[in-house]
Amino acid sequence: MRQYVLRRLLIAVPSLLGISLVLFIVLALAPGDPFSELATNPNVPPEVAAALRAKFGLDDPIYLRYLHWLSAMLQGDWGFSFVSRMNVDTLILQRLPTTLYVIGSAQLLALTIAIPVGVYAATKPYSIFDQIANTLAFIGFSLPTFFTGLLFILLFSITLDWLPFVYTSDIKATGFRWVIEQVRQAIMPVMVLGLFQAASMTRFVRSAMLDVIRLDYVTTARAKGLGQARVIVKHAMRNAMIPVVTLVALQMPAVFGGAIVTEQIFRIPGIGSLLISSILSNDTPVVMAVTFVFACLVVLFNLIADVLYGWLDPRISLR
Amino acid sequence: MAGLTLASPSAERRPAWSPWRETWRRYRRHKLAVVSAVLLIVLIAAVVFGPFVWRVSINDIDFNARLEGPSLAHPFGTDDLGQDILARMIYGGRISLAVGLAAMAVAVIVGTVIGALAGMSRGALGHALMWLTDLFLSLPQLPLLLLLIYLFRDGLKAAFGPEGGIFILIVLVIGGLRWMPVARLVRAQFLSLREKDFVEAARALGASPLRQVVRHILPNALGPVIIAGTIDVAAAIIAESTLSFLGLGFPPDVPTWGRLLYDAKDFLDIAAHWALFPGGAIFVAVVAINFIGDGMRDALDARRVI
Amino acid sequence: MLDTELRSMIDEVKDGRMDRRAFVQRMIAFGLTAPMATQILAIGGVAMAQSPAPYKPTKRGGGGPLKLLWWQGPTLLNPHFATGTKDQDGSRLFYEPLASWDSSGNLCPILVAEIPSIQNGGLAADGKSVTWKLKPGVKWHDGKPFTADDVVFNWEYARDPATSALTIGVYQDITVEKVDDLTVRVLFKNPTPFWADAFVAVVGCILPKHLFADYKGAKSREAPNNLKPVGTGPYKFVEFKPGDVVRGELNPDYHMPNRPYFDTIEIKGGGDAVSAARAVIQTGEYDYAWNMQVEDDVLLRLEKGGKGKTVYSTGGDIEFIALNFTDPNTEVDGERSSIKTKHPLLSDPAVRKALALLVDRDAMQKHIYGRAGRTTANFLNGPDQFVSKNTKWEFSIEKATQLLEEAGWKVGADGIREKDGKKLKLLYQTSTNGPRQKTQAIVKQACQKAGIDVELKSVVASVFFSSDVANPDTYSKFYADIEMFQIPMTQPDPAQHMRRFHSRFVATKENKWQGRNFPRWVNKEFDAAIDAAEAEVDPIKRAAFYIKANDIMWQDTVVIPVMHRLKVGAATNSLRPVLSGWTNDTDNIQDWYRET
Repeated sequence: MRQYVLRRLLIAVPSLLGISLVLFIVLALAPGDPFSELATNPNVPPEVAAALRAKFGLDDPIYLRYLHWLSAMLQGDWGFSFVSRMNVDTLILQRLPTTLYVIGSAQLLALTIAIPVGVYAATKPYSIFDQIANTLAFIGFSLPTFFTGLLFILLFSITLDWLPFVYTSDIKATGFRWVIEQVRQAIMPVMVLGLFQAASMTRFVRSAMLDVIRLDYVTTARAKGLGQARVIVKHAMRNAMIPVVTLVALQMPAVFGGAIVTEQIFRIPGIGSLLISSILSNDTPVVMAVTFVFACLVVLFNLIADVLYGWLDPRISLR
Repeated sequence: MAGLTLASPSAERRPAWSPWRETWRRYRRHKLAVVSAVLLIVLIAAVVFGPFVWRVSINDIDFNARLEGPSLAHPFGTDDLGQDILARMIYGGRISLAVGLAAMAVAVIVGTVIGALAGMSRGALGHALMWLTDLFLSLPQLPLLLLLIYLFRDGLKAAFGPEGGIFILIVLVIGGLRWMPVARLVRAQFLSLREKDFVEAARALGASPLRQVVRHILPNALGPVIIAGTIDVAAAIIAESTLSFLGLGFPPDVPTWGRLLYDAKDFLDIAAHWALFPGGAIFVAVVAINFIGDGMRDALDARRVI
Repeated sequence: MLDTELRSMIDEVKDGRMDRRAFVQRMIAFGLTAPMATQILAIGGVAMAQSPAPYKPTKRGGGGPLKLLWWQGPTLLNPHFATGTKDQDGSRLFYEPLASWDSSGNLCPILVAEIPSIQNGGLAADGKSVTWKLKPGVKWHDGKPFTADDVVFNWEYARDPATSALTIGVYQDITVEKVDDLTVRVLFKNPTPFWADAFVAVVGCILPKHLFADYKGAKSREAPNNLKPVGTGPYKFVEFKPGDVVRGELNPDYHMPNRPYFDTIEIKGGGDAVSAARAVIQTGEYDYAWNMQVEDDVLLRLEKGGKGKTVYSTGGDIEFIALNFTDPNTEVDGERSSIKTKHPLLSDPAVRKALALLVDRDAMQKHIYGRAGRTTANFLNGPDQFVSKNTKWEFSIEKATQLLEEAGWKVGADGIREKDGKKLKLLYQTSTNGPRQKTQAIVKQACQKAGIDVELKSVVASVFFSSDVANPDTYSKFYADIEMFQIPMTQPDPAQHMRRFHSRFVATKENKWQGRNFPRWVNKEFDAAIDAAEAEVDPIKRAAFYIKANDIMWQDTVVIPVMHRLKVGAATNSLRPVLSGWTNDTDNIQDWYRET
């Protein structure tokens, strides 16, 4: 096993290099530059933007820019943002805690709803509970988060005036009040995102459970006189977990990458909003850094999922 | 299996047993799924043939009829320029449904093929395909979309007209980039299934790898694929509206359902009908497709007795 | 006659033989409005009257927090690096210019004792220099004194190309010298009638020399104070997270009495305009929100029984449709829309005039811009003394049809007009933005009725306005027949605003499409008027030249003005923000207070 993991990690190095090259090319070829906001401002002659482009190396050939980026990256230099002229790593680190807190909570919420609801729904397919759970799930993933977010704001902030809808990254209160405030302002974004994720996740869990629940060994276990709950948890769920683990592994990088729309609506200063504002202003160093870290996490969690498969189903041979 | 059927004494009275016929028989038992299939067909027919029945232009501006609720003249009401929402929904529905269905088709076909290959292969091919999946998972969609629009818009516009061109682009980018989760799911199922006794048995009996996959492994791995495929319909329709939210995507004068919902959101407390109809349409389409998926899943699940 | 009399009166005021009030009254007798009269005086080189800012607080501080909501947060706090209004707004809390613009376009002293004028010897009679007398006793937030060295340093800092300052355009062609510790002189190469550019308002914010001297040139990015501003402003820096939040606290040593009123200040960034309006008008979570580009219907709805209202300030920002005078579909020497070509349809003045008749500005004002827009026939809409009264506009599909008929454009079998085998089909591009797409839809419908087929195209703003040479979708390449966007006026003077259509600025491949005359319109008469205006020190003649230039553009239908846009903010009912259409929202932040 250890050997397998080691080998996979070694393979990851060239594959990440390849991914970084493709990412860089996509970003470098995408049209636009960081100075569009001042384009029509008469105080900034167009020559100024052109000179800045040249100075930031935007007019160099792509392979040169890539080599430049790569060699700096290898020395731990992430470059600086064209827009804020700050170091990219500082910019990302500044936003990481908020993203981890909000998006992480949302993913946790999604899992804690999806797994029990999905499992229970699968044990009683087409019961009233199952039908209700399915309908709610359908509503959940057929409404975009920008819409549910707005509905939440209209209801909880404007009509009822219970919750704030502008996220503050540093609350002035201390101690217990700080905790309360932190939770209060995160409720709406976490719910919006968590419920959206939970909706599709529930469907997957339910389907995965249905796939195994009638398998012979589950029937056997039941025949042996084991209790229903025990059968479900010990025997069925473990096998049904393979698709679920796959999905969770697919979702985990998003905990770092943030959720662009939700962050935008609630003004959460997370990585998602950094990414979208950087994309819209063509701030390539920032976009490159965020997507590259994201890619690393994708590869890492793919590996973790593979290791977990072996644990869930010992017959899977990892070579 | 064929031998079994022939030997069956009932073979002469009942039509020849075929797995597909059996599946269809099982599918018909799932009432919601049948209703949903009809509903989806009606929906598709409505957006395809709707313009021949409802002959109101999608961009006729009428300032005297701004933000009107449903009426005889405008069954779904009007938007803030007095444009007819029903006409716009019929028009936009084509795009939304096409984006959704294309996403599903691409996800299911490409995802299954790549996932199956990666799951069966034990060598470099498996690694290469997983690398490809990782690459596509990490590609940032928005810059990619900007890049593709930039690279191909003029070419596609020349070939298919301005709307057709951007239509193909959006369908390809949104629909085409949703196969990765399916590939991962299929591969994971394959890793587990290929070691199961019944596959082992088939292998021992000399079944070719293709036969192993098509006859034995794939049918057992389809559960998550169907779920993923049906969820992708909703996800793609929503992804298109999210692009509008971020200021990208279709030109704003192309009223897809997602775009209508986006445009309506600021007027929610003035003209709720504007959001209600497109939101409802997305919901109906999503529910229908998901129930069809459920029906197919149950029909394909040989152990389930219906 | 009026002309000579006016000039003699201005001289009388300058010499002190006539007082300002008498002058203004005489002007009103001539049929001019009071602000116009002050404007004429101002440009005529007379010290500008302090607009009696009704600042009520009688002590410093005590106002609690001031919470501002910008739907795009500041991303940096060095005013010379600002890539957008949001950045200028953020750094303006801490840094100050020598003077700023008030709501009617007058200069107000900030870091100077008085506004230069011919009377006080600040302005040279030949228009080639300005002398600024700095206010004594002003201190930086770290306690060091503010002197003329700081001002001179900012000029050196910004004009050095290695610094990569975005303000380089303002400082590169002037010379700045220190006269004494509290006096600086700005020298111009040519007579410069509009002298209030360098060191004024948003582009004029002064950095402290003692903290930035080591970081001039190539090392500019490394200055630690890029992120921790130390200025002279009403608020001292507390915290900054790019794109998210800027925080400041009251500066107890601020150089203006009783100011600032608020104890802390914050600008929170992110989100969208509508929810920002909600947070101010509906819930009152924030005190002020910036740039409310929201449909008026929505704003009116929010304002009903709300805790706040929208506030408007008038400047000269213009949303307009530009017509391409060259052919975007023919490539000449590897360049489309080349100056060597003529547009097959739009070179016919009748087509251009017909298009102008098909833009229903009333409907756009009523249904899109609401209170945030004014209809206009002019490209130049302010300050008042430069606004032409000779122009008019009209929306009439019948007249457009008639005009096209007379010019020989006949309706073809498909309902589209044609002449000599050329069909009236136009590609209409703009940036992706709600109001713009609605405007496009309204224009398209009117054109259809007149037999003109219009294809709409919208490009993401960051692409449309980029200076990327390889990109075919930029507004300056103009690979379309007509295009629409907004040009802001960042100072109450038309020089930069009008200069862009001079024929020497035609955008070509040769100048990498950096020329700002993107309609590629060439008119000798216009060029002459602009050249004359730029060398003219006499304010009245100068205004006349600009009015003439505007009228030539109108006669030739170079652009079709869609809307004279006002700045819109949202403020809670008790807040008294001091805003101006001629500058950024935070340019007079020291004067903001709350009515209790």
